[in-house]
Amino acid sequence: MTKSSVQTIGEEQVQNPYTELLVLKGHQDIVRFLVQIDDCRFASAGDDGIVFLWNAQTGEKLFELHGHTHKITAIAPFASSDASEEENHLILTASADRTVIVWDCSSGRQVQKVSCFHSTVKCLTVLQRLNVWLSGGSDLCVWNRKLDLLCKTSHLTDAGITGLVELPKNCVAAAVGKELIIFRLIACNGGSEDWNVLEVKRLVDHQDNILSLVSVNEFTFVTGSHVGELIVWDALDWTKQASECNFWDSSVHPDAQPEIKLSQSPNEASVQHLTSDEECVFAAVGKGIYVYNLQMKRVIACQRTAHDSSVLHIEKIPNRQLISCSEDGSVRIWELREKQQLPAEAVPTGFFNMWGFGRANKQANQAAKKMQENTPVYFLDLVGDLIGHSSAVQMFLYFGELGLATCSADHLIILWKDGERESRLRSLTLFQKLAQNGDLQLKF
Amino acid sequence: MISAPDVVAFTREEELEDELYREPPLPEEYSVPLFPFAGHGANPWAKVANSKFSRDFILISEFSEQVGPQPLLTIPDDAKVSGTFDLNYFSLRIMSVDYQASFVGHPPGSAYPKLNFVEDSKVVLGDSKEGAFAYVHHLTLYDLEARGFVRPFCMAYISADEHKIMQQFQELSAEFSKASECLKTGNRKAFANELEKKLRDLDYTRTVLHNETEVQKKANDKGYYTTQAIEKANELASVEKSIIEHQDLLKQIRSYPYRKLKESDFHPYEPECALLDQPNVGCDRDPTASDPAETPLYTHVPSYTPKLIKAKSAKCFDKKLKTLEELCDVYFFTQTLDQLHQIERTFRGDVCYLLTEQISKALLKQQTVTNFLFEDVSCLDERPPEKQYRGCQGHSHYARDGKCLEEFPAPTVVISLGSYKSSVECVPIKMEQEIEDSQEPQMSESVTFEHQENLDYLDADLKGSISSGESIEVLGTEKSASGLPKSESQASLPVSPSPQVGRSKVGSRRTVSEDSIEVLSTCPSESLIPEDFKASYPSAINEEPYVGDEEGGLHFTPKLNPDDADEQEDVSNQENLMQVDSACCIGKESPNFLEPLPDLGHKPCDEDGVVRIPPQPYRASEPGLHGTFGSFPSHDGISGGLLPYELDSRYLAGSREVSKSSLDECSDSTSYMSSAASTCSDRTPSPAHPACQGADRHKKKAGQNALRFIRQYPFAHPAIYSLLSGRTLIVLGEEEAIVKKLVMALSIFVPNCGLYAKPVKHWVTSPLHVVDFQKWKLIGLQRTVSLAGVNVLHALSRYSRYISILDADSKTLRCPLYKGSVVSRLADHRTQIKRGSTYYMHVQSILTQLCSKAFLFTFCHHLHLPISEREPEESVVSRRMNFLKLQLGLVNEDIRIVQYLAELLKLQYLEDPGQGVSPLLRFDYVPSFLYKI
Repeated sequence: MTKSSVQTIGEEQVQNPYTELLVLKGHQDIVRFLVQIDDCRFASAGDDGIVFLWNAQTGEKLFELHGHTHKITAIAPFASSDASEEENHLILTASADRTVIVWDCSSGRQVQKVSCFHSTVKCLTVLQRLNVWLSGGSDLCVWNRKLDLLCKTSHLTDAGITGLVELPKNCVAAAVGKELIIFRLIACNGGSEDWNVLEVKRLVDHQDNILSLVSVNEFTFVTGSHVGELIVWDALDWTKQASECNFWDSSVHPDAQPEIKLSQSPNEASVQHLTSDEECVFAAVGKGIYVYNLQMKRVIACQRTAHDSSVLHIEKIPNRQLISCSEDGSVRIWELREKQQLPAEAVPTGFFNMWGFGRANKQANQAAKKMQENTPVYFLDLVGDLIGHSSAVQMFLYFGELGLATCSADHLIILWKDGERESRLRSLTLFQKLAQNGDLQLKF
Repeated sequence: MISAPDVVAFTREEELEDELYREPPLPEEYSVPLFPFAGHGANPWAKVANSKFSRDFILISEFSEQVGPQPLLTIPDDAKVSGTFDLNYFSLRIMSVDYQASFVGHPPGSAYPKLNFVEDSKVVLGDSKEGAFAYVHHLTLYDLEARGFVRPFCMAYISADEHKIMQQFQELSAEFSKASECLKTGNRKAFANELEKKLRDLDYTRTVLHNETEVQKKANDKGYYTTQAIEKANELASVEKSIIEHQDLLKQIRSYPYRKLKESDFHPYEPECALLDQPNVGCDRDPTASDPAETPLYTHVPSYTPKLIKAKSAKCFDKKLKTLEELCDVYFFTQTLDQLHQIERTFRGDVCYLLTEQISKALLKQQTVTNFLFEDVSCLDERPPEKQYRGCQGHSHYARDGKCLEEFPAPTVVISLGSYKSSVECVPIKMEQEIEDSQEPQMSESVTFEHQENLDYLDADLKGSISSGESIEVLGTEKSASGLPKSESQASLPVSPSPQVGRSKVGSRRTVSEDSIEVLSTCPSESLIPEDFKASYPSAINEEPYVGDEEGGLHFTPKLNPDDADEQEDVSNQENLMQVDSACCIGKESPNFLEPLPDLGHKPCDEDGVVRIPPQPYRASEPGLHGTFGSFPSHDGISGGLLPYELDSRYLAGSREVSKSSLDECSDSTSYMSSAASTCSDRTPSPAHPACQGADRHKKKAGQNALRFIRQYPFAHPAIYSLLSGRTLIVLGEEEAIVKKLVMALSIFVPNCGLYAKPVKHWVTSPLHVVDFQKWKLIGLQRTVSLAGVNVLHALSRYSRYISILDADSKTLRCPLYKGSVVSRLADHRTQIKRGSTYYMHVQSILTQLCSKAFLFTFCHHLHLPISEREPEESVVSRRMNFLKLQLGLVNEDIRIVQYLAELLKLQYLEDPGQGVSPLLRFDYVPSFLYKI
């Protein structure tokens, strides 16, 4: 029954542009990370410790980077900050072998390796503006481009930093267990290369481990925790602006379907991933997707069971669309649509009831119902799904019209492409090649 | 694919039909008599009882110095094949026309015997009485014990169909040359061994003699030589001379390969498969090389014990000559036999089949952009028959730019027809291009042997002049080496430097002689041809009809004498004008040619029915001769003009039915009866390429299965559509045999994604994955009840959007809807086609149509790119759709098929040679439906 509550779209997907796929093979274990290098290249990394560089257009394997002996725990691109310099793309990879390696993307070579860590680095963040990068493990280290350790914090916790997000005024927020610690980088002696790192504030508002944090704009950042708390913070003074707790807990809603309630486990409410645009924060919570409007400070749309199992990654793409991937091996494309009817009439049948949003949200906000009636109401509509992976889709990378790269626990990366566009491009290349070979001239 | 009896290819029926009606009725004198054998049998393919053998075979004969010409063996080695045919008699005849310069011995001015490395000669012989025509390949082998060290042999391909021999001359020549080279290589080795042995013997003898002489010298104290001593000394001297001679011979035979290799056109025999188990065959041309790994096959030289040679080893006739096997070394002998068997298989079947097969292969080869889609490119890649090769190359006019051909296969079809035709001369496809000026050769060249034979009878009856039982005709010879014509031995031959002249002379002589051996045509050396060709090219085309004329005249104008030439010229010119509409009677699939209708009787007969086509056209003919031999109204004008590919399937089938009885067990019909449970056996007459023989069998079987599939399953169309549009089709079933059979049946509809094997997986037992759909387009999948089976089914339902599922057990199909029209032509369940190979060809022809559409679609610039920069994408899209719908006439889902094929073409064209095509999976989000029986 819970399964049937997942919206299905069927085989006819008019709006789904992805009609061509390319399977990229190379990894020998779960592929967990995809990171974009530039317009047409991306890197993939996973539990086999190998980093692959791919051409997103052709699917060509550009480089195979060997260097780590254990699984890779974090990856970050490090583009050259200086415009005068020639394009020099680097990527940083951290591994469970307690090393961080810097790779040169144009040559495919290892630039440098840092192996002085006491614990596994779990997150990497590049502060492009300051031309430094941070590694977060059991402590926070600040490095410059030449891989000199500029400064580091004292040992924070054994669990280590699980997430880092850059904040204005040379600050970073680090998620350490339930706590959110704000650090500030202070230049000493006025030298731009000399930094010190100071703990500025500890925020302890979360009840459970912070799983995800995202910076919305220069004034706001958002964090989500394992038990489903979503807190909106002021990025400047680090105060809590708003929070949503348990709003996705169906137990709050008396008329919610009991089946759903039964299936709810703590994991079902954990905020796996957050993403945002200027207006909204999109949260992958358990199997569902929730759209939280920052201005209205409420969830404006949700898909309670967007997938058969946990949603692992979520991304906002243009045209008010949203892509999510899940442990169930599928990738789904959603569109945030405005509801034309009054909310009460929005859910005419039992089937549509399962869509989740309209009704649940309405009842969740019964108090504000009157106010809502003249405000636009949204819902998430499934416009397409991508079935290809046979195991959990860990992450995906949206390349605009180049397509979509997904990576999965089945060791594969799939490039999803717009078949029409690809066909057109191939024709173009074909005629270019014809002209190049001089075959276009008639020789009779 | 063109050779499908059900399919008429490369004709424009409408046009021809128009012409038929446009043309004014012919004068009475040009009307063609009815097909003479219309009354009984009415089947031009029915074997006339003339030939005493049931099918083509290969005969090896020797001109033995002891007993004269004698047959050694036949291939196939089956008494039934040669039947009552007198092999001894025929051997005598074919051995009597050996043109080889087989002079060996002491040439004047040379101290030592000289081995003459003669070229093989290639002759076409005809014996109208026996109803046998033969390609005869003469060769000499060396034998130390033979007179002059040589043993003349010949290999003959004997067929009842003269035209087969003539038209396949190049191919036969090439194949037999290979076989001959193999034999001769073995022979040289054996001969060298023999010489070495002999030298040892001589050496030993010399030592013995020497010792004896010494003993005698010592014993001799009288101061003068006894006669005995003188005798001994003479003997010793002669032995020493003999040693020098033999050493010289050995040097000559060993130096052979090196001399030969310098000649560009020499292709030494290369043992292919033998290298594995025969480590020393690589050295076979160098017997001097010490070879420790020598196998027992070869006589181990060191272990040889020398014998004493008697001073006077009398050349006696009671000594036993070496067998061919001994002469050539067992290994090479068996290799040659294998090759000959291969030749026999290759040329089995009707000549029209062989020709069309070759034509279609040649055409396909040129379609470099599209041929990979539905053809087995590995078969096409093989060495093409020499004739085609030259046909395509020699004509720089047409094939001037290979790239052009690559890029524009569509025009290439026409072009290649032309070039093929004009160079090969026996290819009856010409109408498309030169419908105006040369119709005649097509007619004449396409005559099948039965007509010929009928005609022979006719002639015999009517004229009495050809009724000579003793007539044997040399229809053509060819010298393979360019230097050979210079050989002095050639001078004595009745071959004049200009084949035309030679032919004409002989041709006229034929009419008066009864017991003569006639050379109807000779071929100049191959190497001369291309140049002559180029030089005379423009006129060659125009003169083609005359060439045909002339040859026809040779054979069928017994009453003609050269004095009439001028008058005749006018006639023939007129006739040439009329020839245009002679195409009418052949231009369409006309079943009535067998029971000639009165309205066809007025057809011009100028095509002179039966024409002897020289194996190699020599086109630089003098114009003055052209009119000389006007054509004589032949009796089988209509059937004579029949093009092989226009034969109506029914009649062809009929003929096969007739000839089937004569087929031996090698024929496919029997071998497949059991396995495929075929209701209707058919044979593949003659696979043109050995390596593709298996493929041909497969095609036939697949065709048969496909035929059954489309009859059995009412939802065959959507299933085939799935395959053609690139949607993977899963055949699901419990029983492997059933699934595999279905997969095989459906595999003929699967377009290739690259130059490699078809994307077909016959049997899979594990759950499928998306990678599989990327790689395979047709998969046989096992259904089990186990847990694994559940996983398999789960995967199927998960990936259902990418696949169509044909359930072989419950006979259901789940796949998208198909409302197009292409597939219904492809797979009509009411089709009259009964044979697997025929159906396969039918499928191939329709698929080729699709390919050409896809090609046009792919390579039309403005369909994919905007004409002007400002043109919006939408207008390009609409133009594209209009082209598909209106220009290409595609309906509904047919568009998808062409689009898919176009994508494959693009991918293939853009392929990076090193990388191969990157496997893509293209799909559509379309709903599937469940079909049930």
